[in-house]
Amino acid sequence: MANIKYWLKEPKNLIFMALIAVMLFMPFTLSLFRLTLLGKFICYAIVAIGIDLIWGYTGILSLGHGVFFGLGAYAMAMGMKMVATGGGLADFMKNGGLTSLPAIWRPFTSEPVAFALVVLIPLALAFFMGIMTFTNRIRGVYFSILSQALAWAFVTIFIGMQKYTGGTNGITGFTTVFGLKLSEPMTIVYIYYAAVVALFLVYVFATWLMSRQMGKLLIAIRDGENRTYFSGYDSSRYKTFIYCISAVLAGIAGALYVPFAGMISPREMDIAFSVEMVIWVAVGGRGTLIGAVIGAILVSVMKTGISETFPNIWSYFLGILFVCVVLFLPKGLMGIWDSIRGKMKSRQTKENESAAVEGGAA
Amino acid sequence: MGFMNWVKHWKTLVGVSVVSAALLVSGCGGSGSAVGGSSSGGAAKSDTVKVGLLHSLSGTMAISETSVRDAEKLAIDEINAAGGVMGKKIEIVEEDGASDPQIFAEKAKKLLSSDKVATIFGCWTSASRKAVLPVVEQQNGLLWYPTQYEGMEASKNIMYMGSAPNQQIVPAVEFFLKQGKKKIFLVGSDYVFPQTANRIIKAQLAAQGGECVGEEYTPMGYTDYATIISKIKAAKPDAIINTLNGDSNVAFFKQLKDAGISAADMPVMSFSIAEEEIKGIGAQNVAGHYVSWNYYQTTKTPANEKFVAAYKKAYGADRVTDDPIEAAYDAVYLWKAAVEKAKSFDVAEVTKAAKGLTFDAPEGQVKIDGDNQHLFKTVRIGIVKDDGLIYEVEATEPVKPDPYLKTYDWAKGLGE
Repeated sequence: MANIKYWLKEPKNLIFMALIAVMLFMPFTLSLFRLTLLGKFICYAIVAIGIDLIWGYTGILSLGHGVFFGLGAYAMAMGMKMVATGGGLADFMKNGGLTSLPAIWRPFTSEPVAFALVVLIPLALAFFMGIMTFTNRIRGVYFSILSQALAWAFVTIFIGMQKYTGGTNGITGFTTVFGLKLSEPMTIVYIYYAAVVALFLVYVFATWLMSRQMGKLLIAIRDGENRTYFSGYDSSRYKTFIYCISAVLAGIAGALYVPFAGMISPREMDIAFSVEMVIWVAVGGRGTLIGAVIGAILVSVMKTGISETFPNIWSYFLGILFVCVVLFLPKGLMGIWDSIRGKMKSRQTKENESAAVEGGAA
Repeated sequence: MGFMNWVKHWKTLVGVSVVSAALLVSGCGGSGSAVGGSSSGGAAKSDTVKVGLLHSLSGTMAISETSVRDAEKLAIDEINAAGGVMGKKIEIVEEDGASDPQIFAEKAKKLLSSDKVATIFGCWTSASRKAVLPVVEQQNGLLWYPTQYEGMEASKNIMYMGSAPNQQIVPAVEFFLKQGKKKIFLVGSDYVFPQTANRIIKAQLAAQGGECVGEEYTPMGYTDYATIISKIKAAKPDAIINTLNGDSNVAFFKQLKDAGISAADMPVMSFSIAEEEIKGIGAQNVAGHYVSWNYYQTTKTPANEKFVAAYKKAYGADRVTDDPIEAAYDAVYLWKAAVEKAKSFDVAEVTKAAKGLTFDAPEGQVKIDGDNQHLFKTVRIGIVKDDGLIYEVEATEPVKPDPYLKTYDWAKGLGE
């Protein structure tokens, strides 16, 4: 109980709770189409929290996180596709000349297995990637390049294996999710609430993790990896751990995203989308968690809104916005919050000091 | 002191004002709620009818899709100038698909549920069409799709204005075989259309006495064809069939020329190169090679003279028309004809009325096939000349669309 009280004392968490409250209310005011969009943005916010954990707190810049998002999404989509076809061949498999269900699709005929793979596949890949890079002391820009190469490789594989993945078309044509018909408006409302709950749990988990010793260690690694290492902490283990956590969050977000988007294609795991994820966190403010959530939702809302109003030139607006944020708000939107609070605090201490001086003189 | 403090923070101020300005610009609309299900709107103003234009205006596909969008706008302007559809002026709602299938699906949803458009003209890539398909099927919308594609699809909510494989690929292979060019080498970009097209070509070659002597795929945007060209030299084919997309063509044709392979001794037949693309590749690099389409800017019909003149007048004398541009233009007129025949904008009524409908298009008469909502089309094999235009070499009678290749014995097992 004391923990909850302490948690709620932090103003950032209060902002988050207010945000959740607004989100819970949204199905009563937004049209189904807008709700679907917001649902997608909530999935983005979950990924952004994961990015913030590795980039904002630990200093690992991954430019290929779309891979984990995509793998989670594909696992979910394959499960949903198998429900839609009743375990039979999908359209692209028939076009590709397959006559029986390929082995990699077999596990997805069972929905619970598909749900488990949503978590397990990104986890396994992140673990492998972490072991191969962090223990070999590959870091900084070299890691970023590797993570980009990973995204490039996966996109190429998924496009090339058309018979098995649907190629550039990806996987579409779902009918049900969790046994609910996707054509029913209420299904979207239920999934929306599931996404809000997921975001809440992920945020609480992330703030809890960062308030523990683990959080302090990750920050120490970010600010001075060698010093942390020579203090007796095997930094590669911690980095691998948080990288895996981040990958699993991206996988879960990807899985939730599929019923909202109604499709998944290799575009959702490519480099451009992965970089967009980093932009969300940069705009919101690194190392704050709430900044990641706000950044993801705000940037996505703006992207949609501006592109609807100015379909021909919207990308320029967004470009200018990003440049301005980098130039003028290097700490992101949460940087404003911190500087205001910092000033209030310093003013208070000044007042306290002067009061103390006066008191001393009297 | 307060003022000086603010001046010190001008950077933050600029940042904040930019972000809030952007937020204002994006000011989200949207009415009705998901839970209540009360959809307001619906009944549009009686003197206009809304249609959606959904193409990529940004990203890699923008260069192709904006021309198609221009053709649709031209047709809509012409129709509005002539009094509109059933007395109603057409109002355009434009959205950017951003070369991303997921955005296409999102914008299609927006056009149907928020704007309540009567129909959508849009898409180019198969990926974008496949993404929009479940949306139009679920929300009972109607999409007019302007490009040729790999077939194996026939949705009741999509009108296919481009050619099916039997209206582009099959006649092109027959053209080579008739000329005695039996050994064929296949080159393509690694995505759905080339892979499906090549499966069809291989089956056809095997059945009609030809031979596939090589098959190579490269990733999109690939530009180094030295290895593939040396493989081509080693395989000694009579002709090449090319399904490369976009920039890769520039590199491929240039390097082919540099390697001393001329159009005279090894002609290339392309399925994804039209007048618009030739501008980018450079006419001198492709001159003498073949293409297969249903329409060229040089096609001789009275309707085409008018169309080319109107298009150039609207968008500039340096612009060219090509197959997808023409198909997109036809789509708007066919929709108008179907609406007027049905006397309704209702999708089910319109598609019912569209069955068997004909239109004197720039490419000659086209007819909507009632079975699969594709068009009967004339197939034209063309040769590229130095002026960057394509000239007809051979043309067929209008061919019935057969997206699943059901009428060809050799195609058994290719589709469903």
